[in-house]
Amino acid sequence: MTRKQKRLAVIAGALVFLGGATALTFYALGQRTSYFYMPSDLAEKPVEPGQRIRLGGLVEKGSIQRGQGTEVEFAVTDQEKTIKVVYNGLLPDLFREEQGVITEGAFDPAGVFVADSVLAKHDENYMPKEVADSLKEKGVWQEKSGG
Amino acid sequence: MVEIGHFALVLAFALSLVQSALPFIGARTRQDRLMAVGGPVAITAFAMTALAFLALASAYVQSDFSVLNVWENSHSAKPLLYKITGTWGNHEGSMLLWVLILTFFGALVATFGRNLPAVLKADVIAVQGLIGAAFFLFVLTTSNPFVRLSPAPIEGRDLNPVLQDVGLAIHPPLLYLGYVGFSVCFSFAVAALIEGRIDAAWARWVRPWTLAAWIFLTGGIAMGSYWAYYELGWGGFWFWDPVENASFMPWLAGTALLHSAIVMERREALKIWTILLALLAFSLSLLGTFLVRSGVLTSVHAFATDPTRGVFILALLAFFVGGSLSLFAFRAQSLQPGGLFQPISREGALVLNNLFLTTATATVFVGTLYPLALEALTGEKISVGAPFFNLTFGALMVPLLIAMPFGPLLAWKRGDLAAAGQRLYAAAAGALLVGLVAVFFVDGVTAFAAVGFGLAAWLLIGAVTDLVLRAGIGSVAPAVALRRFAGLPRSVFGTALAHFGLGLTALGIVSVSALQTERIVAMKPGDTAEISGYVLTYDRMEPVRGPNYTEDRAFFGLATAGGRDLGEIISSKRVYTARQMPTTEAGIATRGLSQIYVSLGDPAANGGTVVRIWWKPLVTLIWLGALVMMAGGTMSLADRRLRIGAPARRKIRPATAGVPAE
Repeated sequence: MTRKQKRLAVIAGALVFLGGATALTFYALGQRTSYFYMPSDLAEKPVEPGQRIRLGGLVEKGSIQRGQGTEVEFAVTDQEKTIKVVYNGLLPDLFREEQGVITEGAFDPAGVFVADSVLAKHDENYMPKEVADSLKEKGVWQEKSGG
Repeated sequence: MVEIGHFALVLAFALSLVQSALPFIGARTRQDRLMAVGGPVAITAFAMTALAFLALASAYVQSDFSVLNVWENSHSAKPLLYKITGTWGNHEGSMLLWVLILTFFGALVATFGRNLPAVLKADVIAVQGLIGAAFFLFVLTTSNPFVRLSPAPIEGRDLNPVLQDVGLAIHPPLLYLGYVGFSVCFSFAVAALIEGRIDAAWARWVRPWTLAAWIFLTGGIAMGSYWAYYELGWGGFWFWDPVENASFMPWLAGTALLHSAIVMERREALKIWTILLALLAFSLSLLGTFLVRSGVLTSVHAFATDPTRGVFILALLAFFVGGSLSLFAFRAQSLQPGGLFQPISREGALVLNNLFLTTATATVFVGTLYPLALEALTGEKISVGAPFFNLTFGALMVPLLIAMPFGPLLAWKRGDLAAAGQRLYAAAAGALLVGLVAVFFVDGVTAFAAVGFGLAAWLLIGAVTDLVLRAGIGSVAPAVALRRFAGLPRSVFGTALAHFGLGLTALGIVSVSALQTERIVAMKPGDTAEISGYVLTYDRMEPVRGPNYTEDRAFFGLATAGGRDLGEIISSKRVYTARQMPTTEAGIATRGLSQIYVSLGDPAANGGTVVRIWWKPLVTLIWLGALVMMAGGTMSLADRRLRIGAPARRKIRPATAGVPAE
């Protein structure tokens, strides 16, 4: 092979490789990502049971019910709509009533959201960004002083 | 003292401006005196920044709450260690640490760059100065840590409790030494582009800096991972969190650079590519700084959000990344292209390594930035998490890891794949054996996990194979083999160690992912829970008062299933009084290389406490592997070739064994 042919072969090989990697990336972006919803988004645009989503909002006051062992039920609200969530596991340190929370999971056929992970904020100044933005849009956001 | 620090910081900014201008002008007009200004100025700028840093640290130690930054992030009751480490546990302080390390590297180039050609040295120092000036301006205008507060409050607001930890004392400095260490490679690359000259000697000067930065970055990432593992109480070691990715991208690019620089040094090939990687590694570090410091992402690292900071760093990012890449586009043509080579050869294998590593960097880049871009463009919010990265990154890593043991066994110029394969028979047999044993004799191992175990064994044995063959262990007399072994160049040991370390980390990850067990139980004092052959007995709960927190401490007794006592595990729930913020302090018992991890949850309905228990087999290997990689890097750094590094002595070929290392 001449120098030029060799170079072409190398470039072609690299392009095929990159093409494959790009295709894989797009496939993964389509399949392996989950969308974020607030409760009232779901009223407008319901999702199928079993489809993984992230559900965010505030933990409704008085809604936390501890069941046997590690089962917990609570409701996530954006002050317009409320969705019941069941979760089996340890809640994060800063999980409290009327605090921002993001849960990840899917609806069961009965319309209850079964979460397999619950994220709360890391410290008192931190509100999950998605939640804060959405609440601001809905006008129910209150600036709280830190500390 | 605070005002002295502030003044020193302004002075350092002015010095950086001088450092970026005079040596550069000197290099263009070939005036030795102007070029010589760079070194002393760089050293003085470092001294001034160090003074500023000490001033801030002393304000923290003395709990001087008249300084806004100290008031926001410290508390008089905080233990001394955390007062000191709190200096960089906040946005302003950590940026000060950033510039401190930047000027430190500038001073190192000035001190150790004696046998660099004068023009190259002047250009490198000038580019370092320019980066420094830009970041000093950033610190002074948007993130000044020396702002006073009047009247001074009596008590501070305390440091975020999850940051009050020994791991955090080490994590940011190590990480920054890595991030910012790549600035030297960047400066070398820009200097080479300005002069339009690049040769093997250039690669030899760049390689130690890349290695040093890489060692620190490896340590920083591993430390951060271990910190997240024990401090956040979730027992995970890697979350594919955007902030973690921000530090992982420069690591991947830096690893690629490390390998391509070898090709350039030995074979004068891949010159333009190496330059590009050097630019990219630091650009990704800057991107990481932007992601973490601008507040686009929310995480423990986003201390406070201030839009002006984000815009400022974005402007810096655009200037340095855009500027350097434009320079690259204009000047890369003028560099002498290197030679071509056979695909089956050592350099071919290193190219393969680069192809995979840079593509992996790109997938991490897409996964990290795609949600941000999508939200900015369409307002849709998505989360790209572990499933995405496991699929794309994992798919790229498997072939790379399979190919890895071949690399060091192939000869330069024209390698023999079949011969290399033959030498790896032992590794292949070992990998197969481990995989089969795992799938048939260990409970809960799927075929997929067995492949993972086999792959880890392949890496570990493959790394050792190179050393065994080179020393001739088993084929020559033991005494001769020992002598040969001791005489091997240190870079060979470095390679073997680093690759072995990666194998250890891979083994740890596979083992934890495949075999970890988890139990979540509601326990009352006296209850026992069994996990993977261990019995945990909940003994009692005691309230304890710490210096700046109160905690409920739960005591567990650990025993084997046979009843042999293995001591106590203490796990607690803390509330830091100043911020009223609860944290979970996990209790961890290390058994060999594995760990039992106990973390406390909320009170359960039956009056007990929810307890989460994990058995994490071989988990410590994940971080021990990183330590071994660092040791490998250090060994390589100690190689004679890198220490001499002058082009005139290029004839010395250390690859011919028998040359004593000292």
